[in-house]
Amino acid sequence: MEGRFQLKTELAIIGAGPAGLCAAIEAAKNGVDVTIIDENKKPGGQLFKQIHRFFGSEEHLAGTRGFEIGNMLLEDAKKYGVKVLLDSVAWGLFPDLTIGISTDKKVSILKSEKVVVATGAIENSLSFPGWTLPNIMGAGAAQTMINVNRVLPGKKVITMGSGNVGLIVSYQLIQAGAEVVAVVEALDHIGGYMVHASKIARMGVKILANHTITKGMGDKFVEKVEIAKIDSNFNIVKGSEETIKVDLVCIAVGLRPLSELCWMAGMRFEYLSELGGFIPVHDENMQSNIKGIYVAGDVTGIEEASTAMEEGKLAGIAVSQALGKLRMRNQEASSILNEARERLRTLRLGPFGEYRYQAKEKIISKYYN
Amino acid sequence: MFDNRYLEKLKKSPGYPSEERLEKGPVAVIECLEEIPCNPCETVCPKKSIKVGKPITNLPEFNDICSGCGKCMVVCPGLAIFMVDRTFSDSEAAISIPYELLPLPGKGDKIIALNRRGGDVCKGRVERVKTGKSFNKTNIITISVPKKFSDEVRFFKLAK
Amino acid sequence: MDKNNLRIENHPVLGEYIKGKEVKITFDGKVITAYKGEMIATALIASGIKVFRYTPKKNMPRGLFCAIGRCTDCVMEVNGRPNIRTCITPVENGMIINTQIGTGQWKEGSN
Repeated sequence: MEGRFQLKTELAIIGAGPAGLCAAIEAAKNGVDVTIIDENKKPGGQLFKQIHRFFGSEEHLAGTRGFEIGNMLLEDAKKYGVKVLLDSVAWGLFPDLTIGISTDKKVSILKSEKVVVATGAIENSLSFPGWTLPNIMGAGAAQTMINVNRVLPGKKVITMGSGNVGLIVSYQLIQAGAEVVAVVEALDHIGGYMVHASKIARMGVKILANHTITKGMGDKFVEKVEIAKIDSNFNIVKGSEETIKVDLVCIAVGLRPLSELCWMAGMRFEYLSELGGFIPVHDENMQSNIKGIYVAGDVTGIEEASTAMEEGKLAGIAVSQALGKLRMRNQEASSILNEARERLRTLRLGPFGEYRYQAKEKIISKYYN
Repeated sequence: MFDNRYLEKLKKSPGYPSEERLEKGPVAVIECLEEIPCNPCETVCPKKSIKVGKPITNLPEFNDICSGCGKCMVVCPGLAIFMVDRTFSDSEAAISIPYELLPLPGKGDKIIALNRRGGDVCKGRVERVKTGKSFNKTNIITISVPKKFSDEVRFFKLAK
Repeated sequence: MDKNNLRIENHPVLGEYIKGKEVKITFDGKVITAYKGEMIATALIASGIKVFRYTPKKNMPRGLFCAIGRCTDCVMEVNGRPNIRTCITPVENGMIINTQIGTGQWKEGSN
């Protein structure tokens, strides 16, 4: 492809979130020339709004707050000479690995030997009458507003969805000075960790299982919601409707991958609702069916920041090996890759992780079929 | 949720100290019932009293040896560890709670102690506020309440 | 201090809010306070403004939804250009922001 400005790099990474940064650092440590492209004005993806302490083990930096990990990654990226092109939209990813970039209205073409797509995810919405009213927003959006943008969009909140995002954001809204009247959950049980639910329950937040928001009401923006009990067939129980005054509604009903560039490049997809929707298929080392293009993080299935980081690291190591630059230091390449896969496996243990592990195994097996 | 049945489950879990140990003095109470890959409590305990082992989804086991340092309370990502001291005084127990809100209460403040469901339990008092750089924003607030509520009280609000 | 200020000045984890230099922007002709480095949506929300635009067909009010520049619900007319994602566009001194009606209009001379 001909372009006005031609850039060259060994490894191009689309997305400067935890997965992209970790892939960049791993590759750069092995002497690979790395360029990250991100359309935002600041790197870090969704990592900097995570002000809570992460789970996992010491090697996963457990007990450290998300934004602290973010700062460590940025420092490492700088230390290892990773180039980061901010305010740059990757508008095209082609099967020959060419990337089309637009920065400040100027178009450039980036040619690289390998690509990692780490474009993350977007929040789902929930349709009910009035759902488009201003101040009915994603829970992650409220989290961005309070923890990154330092502004409180509302003082009386109701949250829909009791997965970890709904529970954690409800806690963080209280930290930011809001009152969370309730967390509403359609299923008969909490979706996230009990410890996250305990934190807010002891602060007086009501967690209502078997309920849903049926209406958002207000003239120009949300002023109240109607909630109702639902039965095991998800039908509204007549007479259980209740109106609650709120000025902010947080919708936490899951995320889905932002995989447009993967489609464009010709990747194969598999639909797995447990991972958020259409997932680009990849092998056990994160390489997609388009040779030379790797995927990492939420774009390959909705999980957590820690899994995004470990998948990024795995992709970075795999790319380094593919370029013949993997520094082995008394270890076989296969053992280094195995260790990285083991660290990932640890994060997918237990009742909350097992279904994700099975789903990822399905993706890998689809790669080989 | 978080009612007496929950408390019974907690008491049977490996992270909850024995009645015998609770009677002896300040001790960590780990309220962690789910298998989540997580072990910073094990890593941080200076007495090596907390065991998670492998796989790291194991529930933390607490062997009752506790110096009351509170390091586990501060590092737990789930804010699921408390300190209970049934020997605080003849009539009162002291409950230490991880606290990440502003404003921090002050020593001597009158409070209403709350249970795990956020319900009012009894009146109490703030005995101690521990904060500082090493806490990394997870402060420790110690409140005193009548002894009989030491298994119930896990949060508080300022009395008007 | 602005009574309407919804900015989080002191946060239990993030600490004190160190703001950038104060800049003046206008929203529908009214001057509002903003700080260099913050997004347009931030300044608007901080001043109590929640409605950013009205939809083309049914004239429904819209505001923030994703806050990370992916959904385009927050678009407004900025310095004569419509469809600017206010959640990821930083403020500049003298910026003119208007509620977008429908798909908006390009003003003469805007670039």
